[in-house]
This record gives sequence, C-alpha cells and structure tokens, in this order.
Amino acid sequence: MLALATLGAWLATGAHSGWTKTSVTVVEVDAVTGLENPVQQKKFVMGVELLGVGLIGAAVLAGASFLFKTTKTNNQQ
Amino acid sequence: MNKQLILSIAASFAFAGSAFAGSQAFDFKDPKGVNNAVFKLDAPLEAINGTAHGISGTVNYDPEKPESLAGKIVVDAKSLTVPNPTMLGHMQGAQWLDVEQFKEITFEATKVGKVKHEGANVTADVTGKFTLHGVTKEITVPVKLSYLKDKLSQRVPNMPGDLLVIRAKFNIKRTDYGINPGAPTDKVSDEIELTLSLAGASPKK
Repeated sequence: MLALATLGAWLATGAHSGWTKTSVTVVEVDAVTGLENPVQQKKFVMGVELLGVGLIGAAVLAGASFLFKTTKTNNQQ
Repeated sequence: MNKQLILSIAASFAFAGSAFAGSQAFDFKDPKGVNNAVFKLDAPLEAINGTAHGISGTVNYDPEKPESLAGKIVVDAKSLTVPNPTMLGHMQGAQWLDVEQFKEITFEATKVGKVKHEGANVTADVTGKFTLHGVTKEITVPVKLSYLKDKLSQRVPNMPGDLLVIRAKFNIKRTDYGINPGAPTDKVSDEIELTLSLAGASPKK
C-alpha cells in the first residue's frame, strides 16, 4: 500500500526525476521591456529522494510483516 | 595672471560638465519586480537553477555615448532562491554564500569597450569590479543595452521618462570567490552561469 501510495504521489506531482521542489518557476515576459522574468509559484513536486524513501520504507515494512507472520504462525503451532 | 587662472578653472569645469551633459541616471530598483538575476550550475541528478529579484543600483548612461556608461548594480544576497528548501538553506548558509555576513553581490562598471550599434540596441564589453562572497575581482562582461525613450510611463502610469534595459550573460568560477572551495566539483560544478535581465528608470522632472 505504501509503495503504491508513494508511486502514485510521485506520478501525480509530475514524475519529476530531480530533487523535491516546493515551488516551480514560470517565465513571464514584461510587455514593455521584453525582459524574461522567472516567477516562483508555490507547488509541491515530489522528487526521487522521497520516492526512494517511500519505496524503501514499504520494503522494510513488507519484510517486517513477513517476520511478524512467521512468529504468529509459530505461536499457533 | 589672476584673470587667466580664473578663465582656465572655468574652462575646466565647463569641459567636465560637458562630459556628463547627455548622461541620464537610471534607477534599477524596479517597482514592478521584474529585474532579475538567474544563476545556473551543474550538479548530479539535475542542474541547480536559481533566481534573485532583490536588485537595486544606479547606472549613468548617455545613448549618444554608450562608452561613457558607469554605475553599480547591487543584488541582495538574501533574495537568491532555489526551488528546493533544503538546498536553499545550504546555499545561503555559512558553508556556501554566507548571506548573513556577505549581504550584497555587486558589479561596479569601470570601463566600456567594443561598443557596437545594432539597430536600436548597443552591445559592449563592460569591465568592472565584481564582488561576491566578500571577494572582489575585475571581470569583463558582454552586455546588450536597449535605450527605450519615453517608455517609462508604459510601465509606471503617470511617470514620464526613459528606460534602459540591460541584458548580460557570463560565467564565473565559485572557487575564485572562495565559495566552499573544498566541495568536489563533480557534486557542484565550479562554473556558474549568470544571466542578468534588468530595466532601469530615468523619470523626467
């Protein structure tokens, strides 16, 4: 579930292959001077480090759940 | 003798005055907040792109004599920003730019060369003192100047005057300015590309 949620969040925020961003740059052009103005707009874009943390966390939890299952089975026997 | 001395002093003042006769002072503190400096440097995974909008300064410019350009552009170091908050903290911190101690990045023009007229625009190489991270070095920057006569009122209503647009793109090395020289260049490149997009206003009185 965690792996799917992480992957879904990463895809939903643009499948960005770089670091996580809390803003994106939009270039506006000033009508009189013709100057390009990069404007920061607040937007969360999930990066690969959070994707990695989510997937590793999911793998760790999956591993732990197998251990827990094994212990439970032994108790029942 | 006294008369000759007075005449020569008067002539000297007249000559000095004529050198700045057509020069206008342009204020680069843009009320519209468009003026910006963009910096770009390579790093693993993705290039670091950032901007700064805290720009001020004054440039004296005579459209008839572009080579007489002189002045200073100031960038507030705290206005430098990148989209990643962790990276922003590192960049502004003591190990990198140390913006608490080195509050300003400045360029003071001292000499203009290779002036070329391209229609309404002028290109030139501007030499000046560039100060970053408390280190000052003389550098030469290729610039494009556009003098926009009577265009100020189109940007700022009810304010007649002229605009001077300056565009520049040049590279510096962070190690030349003592910016974390110990950091490996394969992690954060030594070369920084700077792009300046500036408009200065000269209101008519």
